Amino acid sequence: MAGIDLEVAEGEIYGFLGPNGAGKTTTVRMLCTLLRPTGGQATVAGHDVLADSAGVRRAIGVALQEAALDPLMTGRELMRLQATLHGLSKREGRTRAERLLDRVGLVDAADRRVGTYSGGMKRRLDLATALVHEPRVLFLDEPTTGLDPVSRLTIWEEVRKLNDEGTTVFLTTQYLEEADQLADRVGIIDEGSMAAEGTPAALKAEVGSPHLDLALPDGDSSRAGEVLSQFGTVGEGENGFVTVTLRDGAIGVAPVVRALDEAGIAVASLDLVQPSLDDVFVAKTGRRLEGDDAAEPVLAPAA
Amino acid sequence: MSRSGLLVFVRAVVALGGRSIRQTFRKPQFLAPIFVFPTLVLAVNTGATSAGREIPGFPEVAGFLDFELAGGMIQATMLAGVSGGIALAADIEMGFTDRLIAAPIPRSTIVLGRLAATAVLGALVGVWFVLIGLLFGAEVQAGPLGALVVLVLVFMAAAVFGGLTAAIALKSGSPSSVQGIFPLTFVLVFLSSAFFPRALLVEPARTIADYNPMSYIVEGFREPIVADLTLGASLACLAAVALLGAIGAALSGLALRSRLRNG
Repeated sequence: MAGIDLEVAEGEIYGFLGPNGAGKTTTVRMLCTLLRPTGGQATVAGHDVLADSAGVRRAIGVALQEAALDPLMTGRELMRLQATLHGLSKREGRTRAERLLDRVGLVDAADRRVGTYSGGMKRRLDLATALVHEPRVLFLDEPTTGLDPVSRLTIWEEVRKLNDEGTTVFLTTQYLEEADQLADRVGIIDEGSMAAEGTPAALKAEVGSPHLDLALPDGDSSRAGEVLSQFGTVGEGENGFVTVTLRDGAIGVAPVVRALDEAGIAVASLDLVQPSLDDVFVAKTGRRLEGDDAAEPVLAPAA
Repeated sequence: MSRSGLLVFVRAVVALGGRSIRQTFRKPQFLAPIFVFPTLVLAVNTGATSAGREIPGFPEVAGFLDFELAGGMIQATMLAGVSGGIALAADIEMGFTDRLIAAPIPRSTIVLGRLAATAVLGALVGVWFVLIGLLFGAEVQAGPLGALVVLVLVFMAAAVFGGLTAAIALKSGSPSSVQGIFPLTFVLVFLSSAFFPRALLVEPARTIADYNPMSYIVEGFREPIVADLTLGASLACLAAVALLGAIGAALSGLALRSRLRNG
């Protein structure tokens, strides 16, 4: 790793985005004290990863890429073991284990061996074990890779709830949509160094303004073009669509609609197209993120 | 180490040891070779080579099984060590060790918890072979205290063998690499006084057995069974255990450090 310089604010969800092999997991392993850095400096929750690795480990919860669960243990046994290893008393450990098993919906499966769990159940258990000592900082290394869309949504909801409760989340992902949905800020890593960093909105704004795709049934595109030109650059899109890049951003949609209506121009359909993190990734690295191509589309969960 | 630090240390070893014992009992592949295979070898050896007792120079023993019991014990103890090493390597391979490394516990407890479980398994091996011996007519000449000494020595030897295989597990992170030393355990056992007195072995086996620490360990197990309790055999056994323990601790420590440095 070289050229990684980042700061995550307390209470933030930080999305660490990059293709396979970019260095996401290596960075997380160093921050979690699983791997000793050969140079540089890193501080987690106020503890230096080299000088006070024990302090780091007390402050963090970790759910690694492969849910590292013993298939021969039951969910409940694993939760209690994790509680003991984090110094909780037997009583407190049992109480928290039960509460977390309930929270992730695994109470009914708690006495089954982990080897019988589905992929989604394993991820939820992994997440629950990472929370047993109520960590200040939670590291999630590709928490939804390989999960079906429903399980992915469940994990997302849980991550949001945890963040709402004050937990700082450091999330690595190769799914652009995941970073877009969850992260307050995103860092894009490519070949071991940071390619870009910022809020998803700011990063998208950097690569371009949103545009409208309009379908005009009566084919009066030249008259529409005149009306639309006052709001931004007008062009011709695919399939006869008229496109207008909004100078004022998404806020310019309502004036466009009003102007077209006042001009008596009918509109069959109107789509607001925002730049995506995919566009950001392409703009910053010159290529697409292959992991996201493999991801199944996920609907945004209800608020 | 402060008192609270010691408490954290002990709790972690006990918790991880308990988990390892449960793991062993839930996976017959870990358990069966430790008990079944050495018991079969003991049965075959006792039946097929009992005439060896008639060879001039063979020690005075109440029965040939009495003499052979220690051989079964050391074989099973070494296999318990191999089994512990395989389980540790499997933990590394599936990432479970990362979970433990990320916990606020002394990292040595990850290995010591496993060794504690292997030692307990060793004690069970001792109980198993003593019971088998008693069931088939053997006697522990040194009485209950002698039996206790045997169990303690087997307990310690199992931990030591576990330490040696833990070093291989930590270095390789591969269960199949640890499994690869399985044949070596047989070579070491058969080139010792496990099944025949050193004095009656032919050269070069005799010289090899003289330098093989397994000979002194197995003779420590055997002495309380075939004779009165003597300090000499037990001390020689403890010295061999200490030697192998020091080698295992040094190698495991280096391997653990290397794994933590390189991930």
